[in-house]
Amino acid sequence: MNTEVATTRTITYRQALNETLRAELERDDKVFLIGEEIGIFEGSYKITVGLLEDFGPDRVIDAPIAEEGFVGAALGAAMLGMRPVVEIMTINFSLIAIDQIVNHAAKMRSMFAGQVSIPLVIRMPGGGGQQLAATHSQNLEVWYAHIPGLKVVAPSTPADAKALLTAAIRDDDPVIFLENLSLYSAKGEVPNDEQVAEIGKAAVVKTGTDLTIVSYSRGTTTALEVARQLEAEGLSIEVVDLRSLRPLDRDTICASVKKTGHAVVFEDDWLSYGIGAEISATIGEGVFDFLDAPVRRVAAAEVPLPYAKSLEKAALPSAADLARVVREVLNISSTPNDK
Amino acid sequence: MPDVIMPRLSDTMEEGELSRWMKQVGDEIHKGDVLAEIETDKATMDLEAFDNGILEQLLVVAGALVPIGAPVARIGDGSNIVAEGAAPAAPVAAPAAPVAVAAAATPPVIPPADAPTPDTHTATQTGELRTSPLARKIGREHGIDLHTIAGTGPQGRITRTDVDRAILAQEAAASAVLTAHQAATPTATPAAAPAAAPAAATPAVVSADSVSVPVSRIRAVTARRLTESQAVPHFFLTSVVNVERLVAFRADVNESLAALGTKVSLNDLFVRASAVALRAHPEVNASWGDGVILRHNHVNVGVAVATDDGLLVPVVADADQKSLGAIAIETRALAGLARTGSLSLAQMSGGTFTISNLGMFGIDSFTAVLNPPEAGILAIGAASDVPAVRDGVLVTVPTVKITLTVDHRVLDGAVAAAFLRDLTTLLEEPLRIVL
Repeated sequence: MNTEVATTRTITYRQALNETLRAELERDDKVFLIGEEIGIFEGSYKITVGLLEDFGPDRVIDAPIAEEGFVGAALGAAMLGMRPVVEIMTINFSLIAIDQIVNHAAKMRSMFAGQVSIPLVIRMPGGGGQQLAATHSQNLEVWYAHIPGLKVVAPSTPADAKALLTAAIRDDDPVIFLENLSLYSAKGEVPNDEQVAEIGKAAVVKTGTDLTIVSYSRGTTTALEVARQLEAEGLSIEVVDLRSLRPLDRDTICASVKKTGHAVVFEDDWLSYGIGAEISATIGEGVFDFLDAPVRRVAAAEVPLPYAKSLEKAALPSAADLARVVREVLNISSTPNDK
Repeated sequence: MPDVIMPRLSDTMEEGELSRWMKQVGDEIHKGDVLAEIETDKATMDLEAFDNGILEQLLVVAGALVPIGAPVARIGDGSNIVAEGAAPAAPVAAPAAPVAVAAAATPPVIPPADAPTPDTHTATQTGELRTSPLARKIGREHGIDLHTIAGTGPQGRITRTDVDRAILAQEAAASAVLTAHQAATPTATPAAAPAAAPAAATPAVVSADSVSVPVSRIRAVTARRLTESQAVPHFFLTSVVNVERLVAFRADVNESLAALGTKVSLNDLFVRASAVALRAHPEVNASWGDGVILRHNHVNVGVAVATDDGLLVPVVADADQKSLGAIAIETRALAGLARTGSLSLAQMSGGTFTISNLGMFGIDSFTAVLNPPEAGILAIGAASDVPAVRDGVLVTVPTVKITLTVDHRVLDGAVAAAFLRDLTTLLEEPLRIVL
């Protein structure tokens, strides 16, 4: 073992995905990629840069603009033992393929009595804030997190993107791999060694004693930023990054809230029936006696996301919104720069 | 007709002592009538009827410990009267005048003092208890009655901070060097020793014939102060008070106060009357101070409260300046704080006179031990009917025996007797205590 070699590198979330896809394509010839413009154009968000060139058109397949068709094709390949990794340009377009995902991919193992498994990964970014307007800015991950038979993971860092994508590709069940448009350029340290995450485990990414912020994907980044800002004011905030929306790591959430007595969920989806509702219920059922205040949710305004920059910004949950609600839950008056 | 059952009167209650029947078999019962007094781990409360009818049978004797939900009496149409069985204890005081049905369940409304902050309500102000689950849990664990503490969270919610504060106050109170008097502390059988005094929980067997029971800090302080007090030369004066008009007066007052959701107890009347008498007799509102007699400018009346941990004496400051209603509300709040160990040091300091009332325990009369450095303490017994001849007719008159213990260094018999005579007159002509 050469201890002189650095054990981590700093790379972007995009790079982490690209490296993982490359590594898995190299490792297992059953792995192939399929999606719109992932080959010659190297992906709408440049996740598949260089892969067509290195692995050829049999393993990096440019699909027609027909989500139901190529998701269905990948599903069929998975039934026959391949390990397809589908890229859907954004989660919004997965609605066209939702029958393949919900009615077929999620059900087949059970309905075929375990005779088939579906080692299918569907990668897709969600999220607003890019002025892509209402139909292209949604956070529909909860739709999939609702479905037994699917796994839904949502990494917030380059390291988790790598470890969770590796795990997803090697998992024998269909995994929805949620990315986020605003995370692609985020940088972070990634171990050089191969890391395979355990799907279904949340992480306490910052410890604290006063309040727990529960979030995932982009939200975790904001949660950490707010936690550090409040730390400077003497508040000790713990941040739980869900990493997996299904299975949901209820134990980690409850253990944290049991310690802090206060919880705020920061989510990019809409408030009603959202991820936060599930987390709140989990906390209520798990650690009711340890709650010192109601669990609060900070989520998107319940409107189709406006296109106008100012309105879009106002509709999305922000760091300032989160800081304000944290203070409210802790019954601390806000400071002027926090409105 | 449904049985009358032992209600749940507090969060921590598991059983209640049916301390006294207020109605007897054969009595006509109206919804809202007080059937009995129930003593819980927290307080003595009224058991009210939820049905109209005839009280047909008493299923438990006075003094019985009854689990929640167990039947205690049967109300019917009068066709199934069962006289034998439980023999009801003779009522020793006039039953409380019927009050609004909700009175027992609804805490008294405290009129806001000088503008409280909008977010700070005590449970008694809002009438409903807002509390976090965590506060409830910690409260349970430490034997804190959340009704007695103020919430500082949003909308007055009681949160962990508030309970933690109450626990600190409880600990401070337990260690505070204050007060103690009569030797026989009427302590109800505690349902569970509060966690704050774990030492008192487990008696240790020291021989076949006795066990050694570790004492709480309150009891240790009580023991020491009682011993000190015995060194004071003291004497006793007893007076029998005709409380017929006092009882009627109380009923009138409570009718007027019903709208405010509060009521005045006989003890509150004694506090008020004593305060008025003390104002008129400054020589009694005094203490022995190392070669001089200190006459106090304020009349601060302490009220002895028995708690599971021992005796505490919260003080109604400037009782002569306060209305009966104000005294009633304050005394009830202080007693609640005392029972949960939440009294602050300030609430137990500065007394110039003390009242100890064992009437509710059926004690006819007793003598109280001085509460140094106060020069006097008044012991109040239970009301009892005595025969009297009025206009040539034999009638019964309710009376109460009151006994004054006096520090002889401060007061002589004649002066103390003048005070007690005036106090007796005030109690017999109660309108004068509100003049």
